[in-house]
Amino acid sequence: MIMIWLIVILMVGGVLAWISERASIAAPRWVALLSVLVPFALTIYLWQTTSASATSPWLLQLDIPWIPQWGIGFRMALDGLSLLMLLLTFFLGILAVLVSWREIDNRVGFFFFNLLWVLAGIAGVFLTMDLFLFYFFWEVMLIPMYFQIGIWGHANRNYAAYKFFLFTQASGLLMLLAILGLYFIHGRQTGTYTFNYFELLGTSFTPEAARLLMFGFLAAFLVKLPVVPFHSWLPDAHSEAPTAGSVILAGLLLKTGAYGLLRFVIPLFPTAAPDFAPWAMLLGVIGILYGAILAFSQTDLKRLVAYTSVSHMGFVILGVFAFNELALQGVVMQMITHGLSTGALFILAGFLYSRLHTRDIRQMGGFWSVAPKMGVIMLIFVMASLGLPGLGNFIAEFLTLVGAWQANNWLTVFATIGLVLATAYSLRLMQKTFYGENALESHADAHALPDLNLREMLIALPMVAAILWLGLYPQPVLDTAKPSITQQLQAYQEPEAPVVAPVAQNAPVLILPADTLSTHHSTRGGAYVTD
Amino acid sequence: MENLLWLIPALPFAGALLLILFGRRMPRNLVAILGAGSVGFSALITLLLGFQFLSARPDFYVQQVWTWFDVAGFSPGIAFHLDALSLVFVFVVTFVGFLIHVYSAGYMADEEDFARFFACMNLFVGSMLMLVLADNLLLLYLGWEGVGLCSYLLIGFWYKNPANGYAARKAFIITRVGDTAMAIGLFILFQTFGTLNIQAILSEAPQTWPVGSQKAVLTAFLLLGGAVGKSGQLPLQTWLPDAMAGPTPVSALIHAATMVTAGVYLIARTNVIFELAPPAMMAVAIVGAVTLLIAGCTALTQYDLKRVLAYSTISQIGYMFLALGVGAWSAGIFHFMIHAFFKALLFLCAGAIIIALHHEQDMRQMGGLRRALPVVFWTFLIGAASLAALPLVTAGFYSKDQILWYALAGERGNVWLYLAALVGAFITAIYTFRMVFITFYGEAKTHVSHPPGLVMVVPLVILAILSTVGGFIELPHNFAHLTLFSDLLQPVLPGIAVDETIGESEWMFQTLAAGVSVVGLFLAFLFFYARPAAFQETITRSKVTMAIRDFWFSGWGFDKLYDMLFVRPYVYLSKLNKADVIDEIYTGMASLAETLNRALSRTQDGVLRNYITGVVVGAVLILTLSLLL
Repeated sequence: MIMIWLIVILMVGGVLAWISERASIAAPRWVALLSVLVPFALTIYLWQTTSASATSPWLLQLDIPWIPQWGIGFRMALDGLSLLMLLLTFFLGILAVLVSWREIDNRVGFFFFNLLWVLAGIAGVFLTMDLFLFYFFWEVMLIPMYFQIGIWGHANRNYAAYKFFLFTQASGLLMLLAILGLYFIHGRQTGTYTFNYFELLGTSFTPEAARLLMFGFLAAFLVKLPVVPFHSWLPDAHSEAPTAGSVILAGLLLKTGAYGLLRFVIPLFPTAAPDFAPWAMLLGVIGILYGAILAFSQTDLKRLVAYTSVSHMGFVILGVFAFNELALQGVVMQMITHGLSTGALFILAGFLYSRLHTRDIRQMGGFWSVAPKMGVIMLIFVMASLGLPGLGNFIAEFLTLVGAWQANNWLTVFATIGLVLATAYSLRLMQKTFYGENALESHADAHALPDLNLREMLIALPMVAAILWLGLYPQPVLDTAKPSITQQLQAYQEPEAPVVAPVAQNAPVLILPADTLSTHHSTRGGAYVTD
Repeated sequence: MENLLWLIPALPFAGALLLILFGRRMPRNLVAILGAGSVGFSALITLLLGFQFLSARPDFYVQQVWTWFDVAGFSPGIAFHLDALSLVFVFVVTFVGFLIHVYSAGYMADEEDFARFFACMNLFVGSMLMLVLADNLLLLYLGWEGVGLCSYLLIGFWYKNPANGYAARKAFIITRVGDTAMAIGLFILFQTFGTLNIQAILSEAPQTWPVGSQKAVLTAFLLLGGAVGKSGQLPLQTWLPDAMAGPTPVSALIHAATMVTAGVYLIARTNVIFELAPPAMMAVAIVGAVTLLIAGCTALTQYDLKRVLAYSTISQIGYMFLALGVGAWSAGIFHFMIHAFFKALLFLCAGAIIIALHHEQDMRQMGGLRRALPVVFWTFLIGAASLAALPLVTAGFYSKDQILWYALAGERGNVWLYLAALVGAFITAIYTFRMVFITFYGEAKTHVSHPPGLVMVVPLVILAILSTVGGFIELPHNFAHLTLFSDLLQPVLPGIAVDETIGESEWMFQTLAAGVSVVGLFLAFLFFYARPAAFQETITRSKVTMAIRDFWFSGWGFDKLYDMLFVRPYVYLSKLNKADVIDEIYTGMASLAETLNRALSRTQDGVLRNYITGVVVGAVLILTLSLLL
């Protein structure tokens, strides 16, 4: 039940935030903060109290029939991968609320409504194990995001919002087709028509059907990730969105693409995916290099960071299709650390924008002398983005590359060259903003550039702590992800063996009649209890 | 006692952390005490551990602080490994590092960003200690990259000048090119051995890879790639001369105690792999030989005092590479230690001069400083004598002589390598004393305003003593046969076999080497003190000599070449595609849709006549088609 609560709190919180605007302009902020803090605390609690059993990676699961005649159910399950993604979602969610505290001053209630609903959609995507419901949540994240960009964005916001919507919607429809195809093929084979992820896992296809359906899923995930050449929505959307929007886009929305690859493409198509693997890895390498080259010449701070995301997400697809534990652990780490480091860079861009009212780095420079605290934070995340050891991104990239090396030497060599290009754009970013001559002194109407205030430090310091922690002692995260990763790989290495469903063989599971509202199974030390 | 090991790198890191967090609010004295003190305590612990190590003579101490991570059996630890090789490096890094820190307290006294400076310096020393103490290659890589970061931060310390920023970025990016090669080497090592633990790899490698096997050679070359990047060797040497943009103590730290010696350490540390890859060994020797000549010639033509020293570092590290390449492992490490003493000394002296002359670095504006700065003169002279390897009295003589000897008589040595080293020694003597004569003799050109205080002088004196007596711990076997240093390293580094046929004539070659450096000294005296005008005229008279001088002055055109081959094309390509050509496809689709929309909407013009025509034509068409088909 706790999984539903996570989503319900966000959705109800969103509505409350919207309504509470009538009380005072500050009220939606506090409502929003509270509505993200509670799920965050709950997820931490889950992380501390649950652990995967030896036979099944699933920590929690839930199955409420919804439209039984079509095989649609309110099915949710939580494993290590989902748990980590949820932690990231709520952590960045809190920061997104905090950065919007002063930045957003018109239609505050509606803004936070959209923010919380995007988060709800994302949380839903990470939790649901019913493909119909998955598609529903996939759309739920899309529309409020569209509003965020379109209403609170920068000058070119309408163009960016349309572009974002069209790209994700078009690719999402292809995924819907694939989901339906999967539904009917499975139904015809077994006689049970269902959207249940766990039942669909065992489906066998003709090679053509498998390839076609896989490309349907890939369309949605690769556009979302994004992979070159489907990336061009991203720089516009990222740079035009308000700070919170950029943080959520880069930190979380992109990760749903990566998550989709791990959760659906790899286990559903264990025979078709390896055929596509060399091409996917090639796409990853192209993305790494292409994004890095483009990032180098950008003059818009947020656009620059956006292209670094394209480059970093190349590592994700490279690692996913390397099919080994090292690479997949690297991918999971990359999802988390990239969320933090790029989120932080967007937040810093937001801090600078709120002071300078420009994103043009040609008008910046030399800020270290006036804002050294901000400079140190910038330096740390610039270093994270170029993969400096000691910070989380290094672990992610190194594991991905070590894993990818086992799969394909040459592509890994080119991916590694990406590290040099990353150095070039990262250092340029640092130079143009905080080093060099103070750009403010040349202006007659030099507006002051105050250093970070308390609220801003409160945003920045947890991110620094998190990225350092992940760089020096990532084991808790790796341990959490391990059972899920091992399972995906089992499905891959032995295509015939069905993936272990959450209904663990050694534990009785209550399937309650439809009129009973909830069933809830949680694992503690491997034993299921019902509450 | 061994469990104090982790403190050696941890103390400088802790110092850096405190300075980053609270440095701005601390009084300057406290900053200096914290900055120098943290390294000083590391040096003390090194001393304690060193004594224990020398008396107990274990093979190594190892201490695991925690497991960094554990994925699929890949579990590098935050773990430290102290053996004789790392002990030498730790000793140099902490002691020379400490002296440089003390000196900096005086040198940077008027600097605004005092705390930031010391924070970066501490981080630098900490990273270097991590590098030399790491028990696995991934942790070594952490130190390796950390050193790169700190060099970037310190070279660009005076960030307001964009040129400094450029030099800083250049250093980071060029060394990262080497690091990338090294990273790929690590991938191969991990794939082959399933671990990155250095000792495990070194003991497994000879069983897994036969001598000269393709993988061993490839791996050794990739590691060499990393080493040439950090150590400023051909072809990745171009960043090092520009690294002079940082404050002078930083140069001393980069050139003597940290950073550039990392490559030497890496090759010595992975000596087993290199021994399995003879072509790579040859490459190391050749890289060293060629680099020492090229950098030596360039040093002859420079006028910036610090640039001369920078090229001399490149050249001297060339000697170390040469030694490693011919398998004279402990000779290479011995030269590293001696070089650290005298190069730190020379840089710190240069710093004292530069401060005394209001940040003047051009030697042509100096002169006659012998009387104005006597202590600096005498200590600089000692350092210079050691660099030029003046016979018998200097430490540099003993360390360089070994290398020359093994380049010829070692089993992997040959006469060409020896000649390169010998010519290099000759050039070294000339440019070294060129520096001495131009700077300290002749007429004074700039007024001395700021003689160095005690804080700066004491480190100079200590380093001058070390530059002299340091050589006496390892004497040639036909001389006094003292081998304290190579005995110490013997359990870690393999010994070297000497070709017996030339073994007899060692004294002859020693005399030759000694003669060469004395002749070099004399020529420098002639050209730059006795008859500078005549020499200048000879050079300028001929177009050929001028062209050669300009070519050498530019560092043999490497900067220009790389600029043309890599930098410009990359920047051009990147700028060209700033608007992202792939986006054109999608905007093209959008405008196609708009054009079609415009074309079709023109058919709905509201004129009834046109509609009727359309209907009739359509009907006729359909009827005709249905009749025909």
